[in-house]
Amino acid sequence: MTLELASSQETVAPRAESPLAVRGMTVSYGQKPAVFSVDMTVEPGKMTAIIGPNGAGKSTLLKAALGILTPLAGTATVYGKPVEQQRHRIAYVPQRASVDWDFPTRVVDVVLMGLYPQLGLLGRIRPVHRARAADCLARVGMEDFATRQIGQLSGGQQQRVFLARALAQDADLYLLDEPFAGVDAATEKAIIAVLKSLRDAGKTVVAVHHDLSTVPEYFDNVFLINTHRVAEGRVEEVFQAHHLQDAYGGRLAGAQMDALQLS
Amino acid sequence: MIWEALFLQLGYNATLVTLGATLLGMAAGVGGTFLFLRKRALVSDAISHATLPGVALAFMVMVSFGGDGRNLIGLLAGAALSAGAGLLLVSWLSNRTRLAEDAAIGSVLSVFFGLGIVLLTVIQTMSAGRQAGLEDFLLGSTAGMLRSDALIIAVAAALTLALVLLLRRPLTLASFDPEYGTAIGQNVPRTDLAMMGLVLAVTVVGLKIVGLILIVALLIIPPVTARFWSERTDHVVLISGTLGGIAAYIGAALSAAQPNLPTGPIIVLVGFALFALSLLLAPGRGALSALLRHRRYQRRVHLRQGLLALAHGQPIYEQRTLRLLRAEGYALPDGVATQAGRGRAAKALRDETRWQLIRSDPAYKAAAQQYDGLTPIETVLTTDQIREIDSRIDLRGGVMA
Repeated sequence: MTLELASSQETVAPRAESPLAVRGMTVSYGQKPAVFSVDMTVEPGKMTAIIGPNGAGKSTLLKAALGILTPLAGTATVYGKPVEQQRHRIAYVPQRASVDWDFPTRVVDVVLMGLYPQLGLLGRIRPVHRARAADCLARVGMEDFATRQIGQLSGGQQQRVFLARALAQDADLYLLDEPFAGVDAATEKAIIAVLKSLRDAGKTVVAVHHDLSTVPEYFDNVFLINTHRVAEGRVEEVFQAHHLQDAYGGRLAGAQMDALQLS
Repeated sequence: MIWEALFLQLGYNATLVTLGATLLGMAAGVGGTFLFLRKRALVSDAISHATLPGVALAFMVMVSFGGDGRNLIGLLAGAALSAGAGLLLVSWLSNRTRLAEDAAIGSVLSVFFGLGIVLLTVIQTMSAGRQAGLEDFLLGSTAGMLRSDALIIAVAAALTLALVLLLRRPLTLASFDPEYGTAIGQNVPRTDLAMMGLVLAVTVVGLKIVGLILIVALLIIPPVTARFWSERTDHVVLISGTLGGIAAYIGAALSAAQPNLPTGPIIVLVGFALFALSLLLAPGRGALSALLRHRRYQRRVHLRQGLLALAHGQPIYEQRTLRLLRAEGYALPDGVATQAGRGRAAKALRDETRWQLIRSDPAYKAAAQQYDGLTPIETVLTTDQIREIDSRIDLRGGVMA
């Protein structure tokens, strides 16, 4: 079934300048592949959602592309070059659950981490860097929290701080792992506004996303994955009932499908 | 004698030893902070116990080449080699086998230590070499330390401090958010390796003064203590280094004054005293401050509940609530509200009514999240918003003006 799908649907043509192009990516935990031979070509200047059921390998694909996980096979290129050479153009927002929130660090210190590549090992943090951090915090509406210890924040506020850190990097490609997981509605709105402004400024945004109902509203493109690639392309072309049923293996109830108001 | 020791009046050698120990304490406190923040503190215990076979073997090798086996650099080189082997074994066991890290640490620690003790016993039966003093590596001793020994320790500790200063950013990122560190191009495994190398260096250098059994305390107690005093990584590192230096200074000075006292245990006990003080007295994270905060909060809750009960004309059953109301002059001993009490009760009820209204209104979602049953609503909403809410309360039958 998967084979038939892969051939029957139009693939976005691979271009040298794709902000993120993944080829033949296979990652496995033990003997069972979490991601199997996946190709992905992200379109520049768009917002792309990576969607799929739980355990479909969404985050794994992102982490393998970034080199956080070591894949069994496959390569990833960023703007046509190996990821290692393009780190300065990538900003990454990890899952909130991946860090220890009791760590002795303040909101502003976390945002300054986004400037570490620029600061180097011994470069002093100067007023210009502090101003940049404050500016990024203001963009996510967290300027009043700069000196709080990060554990005192709510989940949504923590997510905003992570986004501010990514903004501080001033990258071209923004990769976000479940940015809307466990955040309040106000934060979701604030984050999506920031992401859209990035897109409008010509940046490329890729987010692992789990809420199907907001996909058409938030994103331009979707990448459907269930260990294998299921479909990829514009929301209006790919975000359709048969593709979703393929990705979710019939786990979506009819009522859920109706609620999505698919085109 | 003790005061003379503390003020470095016991002669050149004792002074040098004390200063060397202080530098070592600072290096251990600073290096140990990242180990603690990376949640790998116990790895240092495996490293330190794994030094013993290396010390014994180095002694044997040096004796077999005709020396007396007391060369400190030779002994420390042996310690470093076997500690490195132990470290590799721990990481191999926990990465490549199904053994969890704590089990790997336990096995490596005990096997290496056991091997070391056997080798020490063998050495005692040897006729060549001067084995007296080798057991000082277990608990540490400043007695009979040479000036050159103290210098070696001081230089190595200073190098360790410089290395931490150089690597503070990668170390922070690897401890807090290694995934992000990888994403922005940091080589996290190499940073981890550097951190372990740092810890290994501190351990090996500290063997002579603190001893291998207790060096782990010098790496762990200062950062844990420092954590009570700050919410910033750089400050925790600095405070930890300072505390480690103080503990080592006092410990080494005391043991220089009383040569029968083992240095390591005294340093550890001084460190523990600092820890206990911080645990009790630190503002914010200390136990006393947490207790006071809890009591203050409890008091506010009781007062609020009491006022609401007064407003509703309900009887107050809890003695504590009544006592607090009386102390504030809001109620008489029989539980009847005073003039002031009636005013406060009405305000409390009005506040509570307003809160309940905005909590059921999605338009006030952000403000409603700050509801804790205590916060006065005027600190959360503007006057206009409160007026708007009040108009609705009146519409619904004027619950309370």
